[in-house]
Amino acid sequence: MTSEVETTRGRPETIRAVPVRHPWRWVAVVVIAVLVAMFAHMLVANPNIHWSVVRKNLFNSLILQGVRMTLELTVISMAVGIVLGVVAAVMRLSRNPIVSGVAWVYVWFFRGTPLLVQIFFWFAFSTFVRNIAFGIPFGPHFDGADSNKVVTLFISGILALALNEGAYMSEIVRAGIVSVDEGQTEAAHALGMTRLQTMWRVVLPQAMRVIIPPTGNEVNSMLKNTSLVSVAGLIDLLAAAQHIYYKNYRIVELLIVASIWYLAMTSAWQIVQYYIERYYGRGSARATPLTPMQRARMLAARGGHYQ
Amino acid sequence: MTAPLMVDAQQVHKSFGVNEVLKGIDFQVAPGQVICLLGPSGSGKSTFLRCINHLEKINAGRLYVDGELVGYRQVGDKLHELPEKEVARKRTEIGMVFQHFNLFPHMTALGNIMEAPTRVKGEPKDDVRARAMDLLAKVGLADRARAYPRQLSGGQQQRVAIARALAMRPKLMLFDEPTSALDPELVGDVLAVMRDLARSGMTMIVVTHEIGFAREVADTVVFMDGGVVVESGPPSEVISNPQHTRTQAFLSQVL
Repeated sequence: MTSEVETTRGRPETIRAVPVRHPWRWVAVVVIAVLVAMFAHMLVANPNIHWSVVRKNLFNSLILQGVRMTLELTVISMAVGIVLGVVAAVMRLSRNPIVSGVAWVYVWFFRGTPLLVQIFFWFAFSTFVRNIAFGIPFGPHFDGADSNKVVTLFISGILALALNEGAYMSEIVRAGIVSVDEGQTEAAHALGMTRLQTMWRVVLPQAMRVIIPPTGNEVNSMLKNTSLVSVAGLIDLLAAAQHIYYKNYRIVELLIVASIWYLAMTSAWQIVQYYIERYYGRGSARATPLTPMQRARMLAARGGHYQ
Repeated sequence: MTAPLMVDAQQVHKSFGVNEVLKGIDFQVAPGQVICLLGPSGSGKSTFLRCINHLEKINAGRLYVDGELVGYRQVGDKLHELPEKEVARKRTEIGMVFQHFNLFPHMTALGNIMEAPTRVKGEPKDDVRARAMDLLAKVGLADRARAYPRQLSGGQQQRVAIARALAMRPKLMLFDEPTSALDPELVGDVLAVMRDLARSGMTMIVVTHEIGFAREVADTVVFMDGGVVVESGPPSEVISNPQHTRTQAFLSQVL
C-alpha cells in the first residue's frame, strides 16, 4: 500500500545536507605543520650537520659493499629461516610425539636466548668443534675438514640469523596452518590426497594469507638485525658507516646515510610484500584491489579524471 | 547373493572418548542403490557416513566397501591398520560432499575439480580439463569455470563440490547434509543434480532432512536414532507408514 503512494509521488529529491564541520582538524594540521617545519629547519639549517658529507658518502664504495652484505645476509637468512620455520611448524603439528617434541625444543631454545648470544656462539663455533666430518656416528669417519674453513665468518652469521629466524617463523607458520578450516583437510583427504599433499596444495596456500603480514615484519626486523653481526667483524651497512665515521668523525651524517639506505630497503620490501599479499589473497575478496599500475592506467584512460 | 554389496556394515561401533555415538549399526547397500539416512541431529548419521571413507575410525564391528575392509587389512584373525597411502587410494573410489561444501577457496571452480584427478591419480591435464568442463556443464555451471568459490552462491558451490567428487569417477557417493547450509530457494538446484545422478545409476548414501527428496529418489530409507538403526525400508513404508514411535515422532516434526 505504502509503495503505491510513493510511486505516485515520484522520486524524492537527493539530499544535499550541510556537512559537519571539524574545526579541530585544522588546528591539528597547523600544530603538526609547525612542528614538522621546526624539525626540518633543525636538520637542514643546522651548522653541525654537513649535508655535503651525507651526499658524498651516500654512494661511497664501502657503504655500497655494506648494503650488499646487509641484503645478502637478509635474503639468505630469511630464505633459510622460512624453510626452517615451515619444517618446524609441520613437525610441531605432527602426531609423532618425538618429532613434535624436537620442534618444540628448537623453538624453545632459539627463541629463549638472545640473538646476540647466538651470534657470538656461532662465531666461536670453531673454538670448540675443530673438525667437521662425515662418517659413522661415534665410529670412523670418511671425509672431513677444518671447521674454520667450513664455518666462515659469513656462514656463521647466516647460521645465527637463520636459526633464530626459523624459530620465530615456525610460530608464524603454525598460526597460519591452524587458522585454516578443518573442513579443508577433510575434503582433501576425502579426495584421496595424502597428508603431505594436503598440507602442500591445500593448507599452506591458504595459510599464506595469515602468514605473510607477520613475515613482512620479520623481513623488516631482519634487515635491521643483520647489523648485529658486525660485532663479529662482518661489514654490513651499519658497520661500513661506522668505519667511515671512525676516520672522519662525521657520526650523524653517516648515520643519516645508513638510515637512508635502510629506509630505501624497507620501502622496497613493502612494495614486494604488497604484491605477494595480493597474489595469495586471490579468491578471498570478491574483487582484488587494483595495483598502482592498473590505477594509473585507468586514470590515464579516463583522461586524468576520477569517475 | 548375486552382486557383492557396495557397503556392508556389521555391528559398527564408534565412540568419541566415553561417548558412544554408534552402537552397533547393521546396514547394507547394493550397487546402484540410493539410500537416504534420516534421523534427529546427534543420532550418528553423519558419523556413520564418515566411517565409510575412514575419516573416522570404527572401534568395533566390521565395515566393508565393495567387498574390502575399510581402513584395515585382515591377516588371520588379526586386523592391521592400513598405511596412509592405502587409505588414501581407497578414498579415491568414494566421493564425498559436505554440508559446508569445503571447496578450496584459493582455486577456481575448474581448479577445484581438476586438483585430485591430476595430483592424486596423475591423469593428463588436458583429459581432466575436458572432463571437468563436461561435469560443470552437467551441474549447470559451464560459464562459472573461472570463478572462485567465494564468487559463487551456496547452491553453485555445492554443485561444484559434487562435480569435484564425480571427477574422480567414484563408485560410491556420500552426501553429508548437502542442502542444510543453503538458502531455501537454492536447495532445488542441488537436489536436481543429485536426482540426475541417482537416475544415472550411481550408488549414493545421502544424509538429509529433505523428506520429499528421500520419498522421491531413495530406494531405501534408513531412520537412525541414538546410534542405532531404528527402522529401514522403502520410503513408502518408512516415511508414509512408520512402524516405530520414534520414527513417527521425528517425521511428525519435520513434515
